[in-house]
Amino acid sequence: MAWLDTVLQGVLLGGLYALFATGLSLIFGVMRLVNLAHGDFSILAAFLAVVAVGTWSINPLLALVVVAPLMAALGYALQWLVLDRLLGRGMLPAVLVTFGFSVIIQNGLLELFSADSRRLNPGGIETASLALGGGLAVGWFSLLTFAVAVLLLAALHLLIGRSAIGRAFRATSDDDATAALMGIDTRRLHGLAMALSLAIVAVAGVFLGIRTTFTFSSGPDRLLFAFEAVIIGGLGSLWGTLVGGVILGVAQTVGAKLSPGWGVLTGHLVFLAVLLLRPSGLFAPSRRVDS
Amino acid sequence: MSALTVERATWASRIGFACALAAMAALVAVPFTGNAGLMRMIVELTALLVLAQMWNLLAGYAGLVSIGQQAYVGVGGYALIVLADDLGVNPFLAVPLAGLVAATLALPTALVVFRFRGGYFAVGTWAVAEVYRLLVANTDALGRGTGRTLKAVFPLARETRELGTYALAVAIGLAAIGAVYFYLRSRQGLGLMAIRDSEPASESLGVDVFRTKLAVYLIAAFGTGLTGALIYLNLLRISPDAAFSINWTAYTLFIVVIGGLGTLEGPLLGTLLFFAFREVLADYGAWYMILLGLLAVIAMLRFPQGLWGLVAARWGIHVFPVRRRVRRPG
Amino acid sequence: MTLLAVRELSASYGDFQALFGVSLEVAEGELVAVIGANGAGKSTLLRALAGALPAARGRVEFAGRSLEGRAAAGRVALGLVLVPEGRRIFPSLSVEENLRVGAYRGRPGPWTLARVQALFPILRERAREPGTNLSGGEQQMLAIGRGLMANPRLLLVDEISLGLAPLVVKHLYEALATIRAESTTLIVVEQDVSQVLALAQRVYCLRKGAVSLEGVPARLGRAQLAAAYFGT
Repeated sequence: MAWLDTVLQGVLLGGLYALFATGLSLIFGVMRLVNLAHGDFSILAAFLAVVAVGTWSINPLLALVVVAPLMAALGYALQWLVLDRLLGRGMLPAVLVTFGFSVIIQNGLLELFSADSRRLNPGGIETASLALGGGLAVGWFSLLTFAVAVLLLAALHLLIGRSAIGRAFRATSDDDATAALMGIDTRRLHGLAMALSLAIVAVAGVFLGIRTTFTFSSGPDRLLFAFEAVIIGGLGSLWGTLVGGVILGVAQTVGAKLSPGWGVLTGHLVFLAVLLLRPSGLFAPSRRVDS
Repeated sequence: MSALTVERATWASRIGFACALAAMAALVAVPFTGNAGLMRMIVELTALLVLAQMWNLLAGYAGLVSIGQQAYVGVGGYALIVLADDLGVNPFLAVPLAGLVAATLALPTALVVFRFRGGYFAVGTWAVAEVYRLLVANTDALGRGTGRTLKAVFPLARETRELGTYALAVAIGLAAIGAVYFYLRSRQGLGLMAIRDSEPASESLGVDVFRTKLAVYLIAAFGTGLTGALIYLNLLRISPDAAFSINWTAYTLFIVVIGGLGTLEGPLLGTLLFFAFREVLADYGAWYMILLGLLAVIAMLRFPQGLWGLVAARWGIHVFPVRRRVRRPG
Repeated sequence: MTLLAVRELSASYGDFQALFGVSLEVAEGELVAVIGANGAGKSTLLRALAGALPAARGRVEFAGRSLEGRAAAGRVALGLVLVPEGRRIFPSLSVEENLRVGAYRGRPGPWTLARVQALFPILRERAREPGTNLSGGEQQMLAIGRGLMANPRLLLVDEISLGLAPLVVKHLYEALATIRAESTTLIVVEQDVSQVLALAQRVYCLRKGAVSLEGVPARLGRAQLAAAYFGT
């Protein structure tokens, strides 16, 4: 029963990782951009929620109403003003610039909020749990996180698969020069993709901040987990990303149960094992890692 | 038709050579001043310079944008301690051996990270560096999270240790610059620059892209591991969080990008600027890193060839003439 | 009424200048052929008109407005649409989705999904398949259909018959006649002149990036055309 509980916790944790991963793979899909500051943006959102909660004494989940649009606006602006100028010059400038963002965000947070660890308090839901019988129980908040993750993934799946903007995303991803000939303003579309990515990662960051404590330097780990979930699931597959997140989450909780220091490390090792055995991930829709 | 001559030397390279001689004389003179603080600083500066040269070789010349070179700083540092303290190797001799350890571990690592292309290579190398950090932090023999202290140097007199470290650092610094320079001028170096310009074209001309990139990755791991050992020979105290810190890569990346990516002079200029900044902004804590980050972003947007690129474009100066130039006589 | 007026247009790819002061006019409802040998600058002209290539010098007016500073996407919004050389079908979109992407700007007009599918029935039959599963000729139909979905006032069609079997080419030209009958203006670029001259009201011949001949096909002699085309 204790093991079943561990696996269940891991599955639910995996939902959160999938949320981190989705934003990362969205912008890679649309414009072949790897955002090394992805995790730091989530932590920035969590700190913004800390400020919102402190200012208006609201529930951190409610704070998302302000924080997610704010992060989306930031994403649109950064894409428009900085990142879009770097596309078409190879991947090196974009990688270096987003790494610069990562360092700027971390040190900015350190200056503004000190190195103290923080946590967001949603008022009780984080400790309440649902008994499943047989001594098994899951936290309401973990369930909520997983449900939000699945809902957001489903919504994104619909958006990309069915809507005009989703078709434009895919067309731009295939061939942005021809997409422009179809009347698609690719620069605006890139901005929208980044805005969507940062809005999703803001949700992930606030849920993370309720689930666990965080500091100015919690970002890079989130980037790595997101990246690993994407690669395990296979690039370009949204539901693969969810499975990738779940595999990573289970690996971490099981590893941590074996030995306290081995949680994150086990996750990394499972990721490397998948990479060596199935380089294109478990659910890749016919694309390779480098495509 | 008149005969063409191929030359590499420039007037700047000759002046540069004279400056280098003067700098070497100064470096030899430093120990006689007995200023231990200055010597330590020069060791630190050299270490960052070598890290920057190695990262520049990887990213600027081979297009391998690694964000995980801290793996080899850590491996080198820990290898020094294991070799010197546990296996009884002379600590100064252990420094180059630590570089070999790093290069040896780099081979299987390359087989993993080379599966990623482009931007995902950067994240992949970062993840692998974290694996190294966590493995070390979970190993009892390496002192787990608290780390270890280099004890093998305790029997030495302090002056002997400081002078030895200083001499070793200067030798490594000069050797690294010389090695990168001669590597780039060699047949393999030409192949590398051909790959940077066009991978398919160079492949069709018989350049083995995979082997060339692998060679650069191993050379960079050796140089970075060696430097990691030098850093901890200077600091004596090692811990996984510090030795495998992403900051090593952040510093070198900023040095190279601000100084000039893909040039030999850029990392030199960048390292000097980095140290000058650090001295001036020492009291401003994190603002220092924010400023460097902003400068790197602006550099990538406005002057992607870095400060040295601006200098070279404005005055046409090349201190290290890696390129060959074709001239008509007269 | 003049729909498109081009004055002294020059354009380059990097250091290589491909167009040297080209001037031409297209009236509303016309079908104009642009012919010329390989490398004469025909595709460059269309790409410059569509905004896919910045014009180095010269003026382009479309429906009385200057196109200066207007990117490709903005020109589509005005109704200036290019069917690019090589079809350029989006591989991760189905046949139907490729068509729908053409309607991204939502310009009103006669062309709807149903009407495009009626013009090219194969695009209805294979609507759910990936666009790149189609044969070359079918992909050309898809590319033209995708362009029509934007409801263009002026449709630019590049190298329509390149690499296609004569029967397929004949079918495509029948479709062009239908499109013109919907009062859509067309500029058709061709290397193979026989088909397009039978349909066009006027023809421009390009040679070495400049206009070498302009006229009404029926009034031009074979020798005159050959001289303009090959420069003999």
